[in-house]
Amino acid sequence: MKFIKFLLLGIVFGIVMAKSEAISWFRIQEMFRFQAFHMYGIIGTAVVLGVTGVALIKKFKIRDFHGNPILFYPKDKSIIRYLVGGTIFGLGWALSGACPGPMVVNIGYGFLSMGIVFLFAIVGTYLYGVIKEKLPH
Amino acid sequence: MIWVNWALLPASLQPAELFSMDAVFSIKGFLVLAFGGLMVGFGSRYAGGCTSGHAISGLSDLQLPSLIAVIGFFIGGLAMTFFILPLIF
Repeated sequence: MKFIKFLLLGIVFGIVMAKSEAISWFRIQEMFRFQAFHMYGIIGTAVVLGVTGVALIKKFKIRDFHGNPILFYPKDKSIIRYLVGGTIFGLGWALSGACPGPMVVNIGYGFLSMGIVFLFAIVGTYLYGVIKEKLPH
Repeated sequence: MIWVNWALLPASLQPAELFSMDAVFSIKGFLVLAFGGLMVGFGSRYAGGCTSGHAISGLSDLQLPSLIAVIGFFIGGLAMTFFILPLIF
């Protein structure tokens, strides 16, 4: 039963994604066409809150719910993997109108065809594992 | 069944051209969804994160690699929106 808090957090996340319309292909298109502030507002608010939260965690050495310290590790320095990987992600994001979280929310909402997107996203992660030794990082 | 009844889902959220059952059971429609998902999955792993991992969590920790990834998200997204989508539809 101790996992119920994760389940509840997931449910809240799903409701927020759905009600804010961050799961919508149209809202993502409006973002890439710079036609609406909508998605910039959602992501921007999250980042402002996140920056504040991370700064507070570091300043007051806040611990996680197991009582362990919350540690932040700097990501590996590179340009190619972030730029190329990010570009491939962006192509898929603008085409399908969904990043990984919203895919699942869409399925729950009733947009069952998003199941195909979700299934092939998993195939994509597997494909990366197969060829990652050959890719520049 | 309510789950597959397109008419009961809000038209303001998703375009029928991409997500209705008619679209899914056409070759083009299926390929669009499949390639979209494939690129999201592959790109997330290659870049080491997605929208929440890089754009929100990474930027919250002021990580430069996350900023580079977000720039990549937009290079890909803008290219798809303005150059590739007009060719497909």
